[in-house]
Amino acid sequence: MNTEVTREKVLVIASEPDPVLGYRSFQFGGFKFTRDAYFVHVDWPKGTHTIEVDRFLRAMVRDIGWGFFYGWIFFDDVFGTQNHYGTVDIYAGAYSKGHKETGVDYLETFNTDDVRVAFETISKDWINEGYDPLSAPLETGSPLGAKQQEASGPLIRGFEPARRMLGLPGDVQPRSDESGHPINRAFADMEFDHPDIEVEPGFEDQVHAFNLFDHIARADVTWNPSFTSITQACICCVTSEEHMLPVIHGNDRNEWFIQLTDEIHWNIQDKDTGNPRGRIVMKSGDVCAMPADIRHQGYSPKRSMLMVLENGTPGLDEKYANGELEPFPITASRW
Amino acid sequence: MSYKTMVGSLDSYDKGTIDLNDDLKHYAFSNIFEICNESAPYERIMVASNLEYCAEVARAEGSSPWYTAPHDEFAIVMEGEIEFEFYQLEDDEKPTHDAGAIKLGADPKGKRMGKVTARRGHEVLLPQGAAYQLRSEKPGVVLIQTSAGPESVEKWSEICVLK
Repeated sequence: MNTEVTREKVLVIASEPDPVLGYRSFQFGGFKFTRDAYFVHVDWPKGTHTIEVDRFLRAMVRDIGWGFFYGWIFFDDVFGTQNHYGTVDIYAGAYSKGHKETGVDYLETFNTDDVRVAFETISKDWINEGYDPLSAPLETGSPLGAKQQEASGPLIRGFEPARRMLGLPGDVQPRSDESGHPINRAFADMEFDHPDIEVEPGFEDQVHAFNLFDHIARADVTWNPSFTSITQACICCVTSEEHMLPVIHGNDRNEWFIQLTDEIHWNIQDKDTGNPRGRIVMKSGDVCAMPADIRHQGYSPKRSMLMVLENGTPGLDEKYANGELEPFPITASRW
Repeated sequence: MSYKTMVGSLDSYDKGTIDLNDDLKHYAFSNIFEICNESAPYERIMVASNLEYCAEVARAEGSSPWYTAPHDEFAIVMEGEIEFEFYQLEDDEKPTHDAGAIKLGADPKGKRMGKVTARRGHEVLLPQGAAYQLRSEKPGVVLIQTSAGPESVEKWSEICVLK
């Protein structure tokens, strides 16, 4: 593999705007990013790759918002990032058999903050007002065409994590009409009420409940899990899902999905090769592990509610990578 | 355009499918409503396991034992109306084990903290330092985010799709 490790600060370098379409190109380390009306073109020292612009921008803003998440974020089968929790790899073809065999694969390691700044800079230049890559396609405009007015809203939103549990005094609060989050059209048929809470004086920060479904139904973002409750390093995230997960996620640890409403169809691939392993359809009440040796990509025909359970213990990525932990959650002796 | 949201229940759920060229044990695919149709009230069956952490599902029916844990837990009601009663633990009632829920063995002796009545979609804090009891007149389903502990029941071969 052709690799570069860059420990010193790397700045993203912007070109002058294209005279026809108005977008800038960007050089970041060995990678060059260019967009036109329909596509993003990624160039690196020995290769080039093209990604449809909507898919690229949907992936990039989530990668920023997730803090590069756990493990691998494949924008598609060729290009993506891997989080090392302090550094981030950007790769092209590094997990693609054809690219590796022909020697055109490339991977460069950067400091996390540098990648974040670079991705934010690129996204801001390439996202026009009226197009929101965090929204479902039915709820936003098109990213296609020439540069217009840059989007004025926040590039990322909806990622603020609860510290103990949503709604507790001093913690992040659930979404509401007052916070500017109406019930999404896809959940308008549901009834939402609030739990009845009786609290004895002095226990206001201990006796607590809220309507989790109401909180999810008000999400104005998709495929964007955010922390709702945390005990030790056990993290519960919830998210509303519609259309397709705009990345292929290869986790560096096991995670679990619990389908709360509706259904999601998951394509499962081998993490290293990308070869298909098959398909899982999860419906309301279904629980399924996503092992540490796969890539997965979800498709939600109707907006649905998904719960994700993660183990945030530091260093787990290395234990799975070196084989200290098996890449699936229920070991043989437990069956 | 109007939408119909599908939410499973004990009486009506539509389980998904798993079709993989892989060992299905690695995915431990199950359905919480199917499990609770077959389980005893308040049998805390592990449905997700992430090293020391887990999610348990329980059929809520009648009154549960009093439980406590040495850390926060969180309960999500997936069906029914469930009351959660909370009492502060006295020093000699505090758990000495490492993780997960344990039965208290007797009614709690400390101060009453309060009560939550929760329905489908509601999430309830089961706080560290408290004893809690669940009550449900009709069968319900509760999902609990916790750690594996003395009350966790593992029966993966019975609950998971294996072929």
